[in-house]
Amino acid sequence: MKKQLIYGLLFFLVIGNSFAQQTPAPKQTKVYTIKGATAHLGNGEVIENSVIMFANGKITFVGHANMNTAMQQGIIINATGKHVYPGFIAANSTLGLGEVDAVKASLDVQEVGSMNPHIRSIIAYNAESKVVESMRPNGVFMGQITPRGGRISGTSTIVQFDAWNWEDATIKVDDGIHMNWPGSITYGRWWLGEDPSAKINPNYVKTIRSLEEYIANAKTYLNGNKTPKNLEFEAIEELLNGRKKLFVHTHGEREIIDAINFANKFNFKLVIVGGDEAYKITDVLVKNNVPVILQRAHRIPNGDDSDYDFSYKLAKLLIDKGVTVAVGMNGQMERMNTRNLPFYVGTYAAHGIDKEEALKMITSNSAKILGIDDKVGTIAVGKDATLFISEGDALDMRGNIISDAFIQGRKISLETHQTKLWKRYATKYKHQK
Amino acid sequence: MKKILLVFLFFSAIMMHSQEYFPTNAGIKTTKNTTVAFTNATIYVTPSQLIKKGTLLVKNGKVIEVGRRVKIPNGVKTIDLSGKSIYPSFIEVYSNFGVKRPTPTPNRSRLTQYESNRKGYYWNDHIRPETNAFVSFNYDTKKAMALLKAGFGVVNTHQADGIARGTGVLVALNSNSTDAYRIIDTKSGQYFSLNKSSMSRQVYPNSFMGKTALLRQVFIDADWYSKGTTTNKDISLEAINANKGLSQIFDTGGNNLNAIRMDKVGDENGIQFSFVGSGHEYENIQEIKSMNATMIVPVNFRKAYDVSNPYLANQLELNDMRRWNQEPSNLAVLAKNNVNFTITTHSLKSLAGFQKNIQKAIRYGLSETKALEALTTIPAKLLGKSSKIGSLQKGSYANFLITSGPIFETSTKIYENWVQGTKHVINDMHAIDVSGTYKLSYNNQSLDLTISGKRATLKKGDKKLKAKYSFKDNWVQITLNNQNDGSKFTRFVGLLNSKMNAFSGKVIDKAGNESTWTAIKTNDAKKKASKKKKKTKSATPFVVPVSYPNVGYGFTSAPKQQDILFKNATVWTSEREGVLKNTDVLLKDGKIAKIGKNLRARGAKVIDATGKHLTAGIIDEHTHIALSSSNEVGHNSVAEVTMEDAINPADMNIYRNLAGGVTSAQLLHGSANPIGGRSAIIKLKWGETADNMVYTNTPKFIKFALGENVKQSRSTTSTRFPQTRMGVEQVYMDYFQRAKEYDAKKKSGKPYRKDLEMEVLAEILNKERFITCHSYVQSEINMLMKVAERFNFNINTFTHILEGYKVADKMKKHGVGGSTFSDWWAYKYEVNDAIPFNAAIMHNQGITVAINSDDREMSRRLNQEAAKTIKYGGMTEEAAWNMVTINPAKLLHLDDRVGSIKVGKDADVVLWTGHPMSIYTKAETTIIEGKVYFDLSQDLAKRKAIKEERSTLMNMMLNEKNNGGKVQAPKKNVKRVLHCDTVNTELN
Repeated sequence: MKKQLIYGLLFFLVIGNSFAQQTPAPKQTKVYTIKGATAHLGNGEVIENSVIMFANGKITFVGHANMNTAMQQGIIINATGKHVYPGFIAANSTLGLGEVDAVKASLDVQEVGSMNPHIRSIIAYNAESKVVESMRPNGVFMGQITPRGGRISGTSTIVQFDAWNWEDATIKVDDGIHMNWPGSITYGRWWLGEDPSAKINPNYVKTIRSLEEYIANAKTYLNGNKTPKNLEFEAIEELLNGRKKLFVHTHGEREIIDAINFANKFNFKLVIVGGDEAYKITDVLVKNNVPVILQRAHRIPNGDDSDYDFSYKLAKLLIDKGVTVAVGMNGQMERMNTRNLPFYVGTYAAHGIDKEEALKMITSNSAKILGIDDKVGTIAVGKDATLFISEGDALDMRGNIISDAFIQGRKISLETHQTKLWKRYATKYKHQK
Repeated sequence: MKKILLVFLFFSAIMMHSQEYFPTNAGIKTTKNTTVAFTNATIYVTPSQLIKKGTLLVKNGKVIEVGRRVKIPNGVKTIDLSGKSIYPSFIEVYSNFGVKRPTPTPNRSRLTQYESNRKGYYWNDHIRPETNAFVSFNYDTKKAMALLKAGFGVVNTHQADGIARGTGVLVALNSNSTDAYRIIDTKSGQYFSLNKSSMSRQVYPNSFMGKTALLRQVFIDADWYSKGTTTNKDISLEAINANKGLSQIFDTGGNNLNAIRMDKVGDENGIQFSFVGSGHEYENIQEIKSMNATMIVPVNFRKAYDVSNPYLANQLELNDMRRWNQEPSNLAVLAKNNVNFTITTHSLKSLAGFQKNIQKAIRYGLSETKALEALTTIPAKLLGKSSKIGSLQKGSYANFLITSGPIFETSTKIYENWVQGTKHVINDMHAIDVSGTYKLSYNNQSLDLTISGKRATLKKGDKKLKAKYSFKDNWVQITLNNQNDGSKFTRFVGLLNSKMNAFSGKVIDKAGNESTWTAIKTNDAKKKASKKKKKTKSATPFVVPVSYPNVGYGFTSAPKQQDILFKNATVWTSEREGVLKNTDVLLKDGKIAKIGKNLRARGAKVIDATGKHLTAGIIDEHTHIALSSSNEVGHNSVAEVTMEDAINPADMNIYRNLAGGVTSAQLLHGSANPIGGRSAIIKLKWGETADNMVYTNTPKFIKFALGENVKQSRSTTSTRFPQTRMGVEQVYMDYFQRAKEYDAKKKSGKPYRKDLEMEVLAEILNKERFITCHSYVQSEINMLMKVAERFNFNINTFTHILEGYKVADKMKKHGVGGSTFSDWWAYKYEVNDAIPFNAAIMHNQGITVAINSDDREMSRRLNQEAAKTIKYGGMTEEAAWNMVTINPAKLLHLDDRVGSIKVGKDADVVLWTGHPMSIYTKAETTIIEGKVYFDLSQDLAKRKAIKEERSTLMNMMLNEKNNGGKVQAPKKNVKRVLHCDTVNTELN
């Protein structure tokens, strides 16, 4: 057993190191066929003993092994007993915008100012981030890179995680504008000695009105001769014409209702990000066709009286009522923890939803919500060959062990700063023996 | 005119009380010593000694006789109080009456201050026992009047500033006298609190643990100082010693846990504190009772929360709603449990509601006698002044109230409050009630005047007229609006003729013409039905039951130890036996009794565990849940503090951790200092007291820390040594060298100053206490091992130890264990090289490795974190599982008691719905010592109960609002997360 492990390790050392760290894989030239695996398509379907083929970066065949034995060609990967998944998508992420939380110089997450629709995340996206590369061994291959802060935080872009630079990385440029919705309730700042009571925010409605006015002004500007140029309003144009979506970050029941009314007023395509209380108004969400990007399941519930599993079962409460749900990442240590995305979904599955349904929250649903479902999100003919092979259930820590990974058909390295250190010190101790 | 009157009063007051040996130049020297007899009154000499139709004889401000058959000497002024009652006036034990808070000299420095401002005093500026409140005392006439109105005759006041606050002043509320007479005692007690002085920015102590440790050291030092072996002068310690005989009053900031903690400090030093309480002592009544302290309890019952807006109402937590409902029953509960208590107005925003709140407490079951005792005899006793105040025994001060009837009845009026024989009129007892219907005639006009109490209405026929009425000192005044022209008036002024039941006087019309008027009574006022009174008396208020802890998911009855037989489980032993399939496990008397097949046990509860997995309870080597405070940052070494002083058994994270299968945890000090505080190692016995959670014969541990946090790298205001890793080593060298010398001196038998910090460090040198050290990079890990080796001891555990994989060989050689995160990194510069393969590499080198949380959320999923070591580094499932059970038990020296399923060990087990490391598994039942502390079905029942109780209380609060009760905005309990890095936080 031990011997096997050492041989395995040695193999890894030789082969693993043949891929240069961080070097993006070249364009797919040879056809790949993955056969025998249990394929989780990302749309809820599973194919046991499957065959998946891709060429020139696109998936060319998905089916049962006995459907096409003759057609198998190119590099054939026998994945019998293993599982294939579409690459996971992290919605609402700051990956590549920051490296070390406590080192301010390494952060490009949040711009100053309140109305920043013109601020574009893609500009600061670091395709060579050590944190970004650490996503890949867990199956997280894509992210919606999103600026934070202010009332309107800025514009996000969707990228894949194997690229030379930010231009290479893009899947969909400027997909949406992110807005932090005001809160209808305020609390005294107890740490400054203020009364910690909850109060109705006297400026809540005023803030919404000023947002409406801001959009109305943008509309007036865009319908006019546009001189002098207004960069903020220019950025709003695609929101008004429906090319960009509006991502409203908010949790409260009343806030979500108000955000929906706001979006309807301007015919915005709305997505709610956060949505802890969305389960209370699922009918409104379904009726208005508004999806929700939930936060990670691994959170402490708000307030002592909450159910201990409140944040674990949130997805079930929405999915059971027909809301389209994805999972995103923001909050404490959000970047490095994004690699746990599959396990958040696993936890959501543990608390009341079907595993394949849960999987959708980081594959097909995310793709749909982010407007990239024509390219990624499921294993389907014509889509990008962005997928991976896992030893076991990729939503479970014990099964999420990835042997082969492809982004747009390119076989990517699974090496990281961390695996490099691992191997370096494993070698150190080996030589001591 | 008014001014002259005041001046006159002032002089007369001085004359009345001119001290006998003082010269006078204001006139001739006279002495007044009139005796006054109060006769025919119902006299409460003490709350339980009642004299009906008694006489009270008062001379020179003191009671000279009281009884039924008191002989009244000649030349005595007699006041007949037939139908009226006399009570000893109340005593306020805790106040800052007349003593202003000191104003600090502004300090513009933005740097943190570590040293004290003063010399010749104790080394910590927050210890100010030498403060004498009398020096800054200024009698506050306005506040005195409010207190007199509320029934108080004596106030005990002090300088409310600092941790040790010095001595207080006992003052009689004799507003017409001078300090020469009304000061009863200039050293009426010694005061303590947990609030730092506003006079200094010295940062130590910033935590509960630090404050506790500081007080301990102060008492030890005072004792040492009293032996005269010290060369320096310490005015503070001299004061502590001088104040020893006084009553010791401790304000613990309205927090039961603090009172319980400080009572322990008192016990250790032979001091019995009296505690200024919280008003919700009932939540911890058993512990409060066993303190044997006198509690000084506020009656600041909270207003109902305004829950009419459901969004706002959602913010409220059950505990706050319950307290609204339960607080009025607090005094009754204290009385029922025979806790000595006094009642204080301290923390009441206004004294106006004081009587009402006492009445409310009585409605909730407090006896009137107890209430009276709590305001008179008990505070007198607490202050050691029973012979002078609090009763009307012969020789006491003549401090008493004259009331219309039983003092705590709603209809009762306080007429007069006599202090030291001086009368203060609260309500004129000779006031005449002129209520009734009158016929008012003037200038051939006739009106109907109806007076009820202070109000009156005027009618002409059926038509109500606009008018203003007042009646004072027998004079009546009415201003009547002209019927045709609202801007013109007719004025009446007149005198009451009480014998005739009539008023008569002068009327001036709008044109200024004067004539006469009369008003003759035609009917007495209708007596209001006495039905209402009866109704309020009979209604027993509804009080929701208290749970332990008194929050949602608390236990209303403590879980019982049961014998439990698990049948047919997959058992993860965490022992050499590994995982046993289809196995039975018997728990008996709180221990694991049998493991095997086809077990039977009479009387045991049988649980079918087919398809389920049974494991030992998870042990978290590193957490900060269940704590009120986590970091004492005031010094670079704080070995003197212990987290056992800061355990918060009501933290909901305990319950949530149980729901994640955690049964034991090491509550660690934060990482602000190279030498941190001592640990509390607890079992998560939800509902138990802090003391009962701590392990019996608990292993002794202390937290050390290295790197960015102890260097205070991210602070822009710190100047504390050390600021580099080079300095960190020298901190250790210095402290251990000193500890070595200290220990040698101690062992030599020579007299030595007991130093709590050195005592703890000496324990480390003597291998009695173990170090768990927060550590990140390899250089510092190596350094600490070398320091330890130089002083001939071993580091027990490196916690976090994220670069442990780089020096695993050295760690193995040293014999230290590692307790690490599964996959955290990149949150600060020093974790740049943290890798998730760390646990596996260290394990492969033969190190005992645990996976810890340092996070209240992660701790409830440590089973999943253990599973990550299978993904990262290829650990076997059994080895992975050991990292959250037997390995942390080994690191904590608890492996003989917990951490595995082995016969004889504590019955701390978890039944899981499936494979314990599967993401799809939940903890179903969590058991500690045979008691079920968490269970999925119990949890569902509790959720339902919370929902019901919330609606019950919300309806009650809405009802209160609709009936005109006062309400307040809902509050949100913001819970701060405690991590290693959390500083300056004190939670309740």
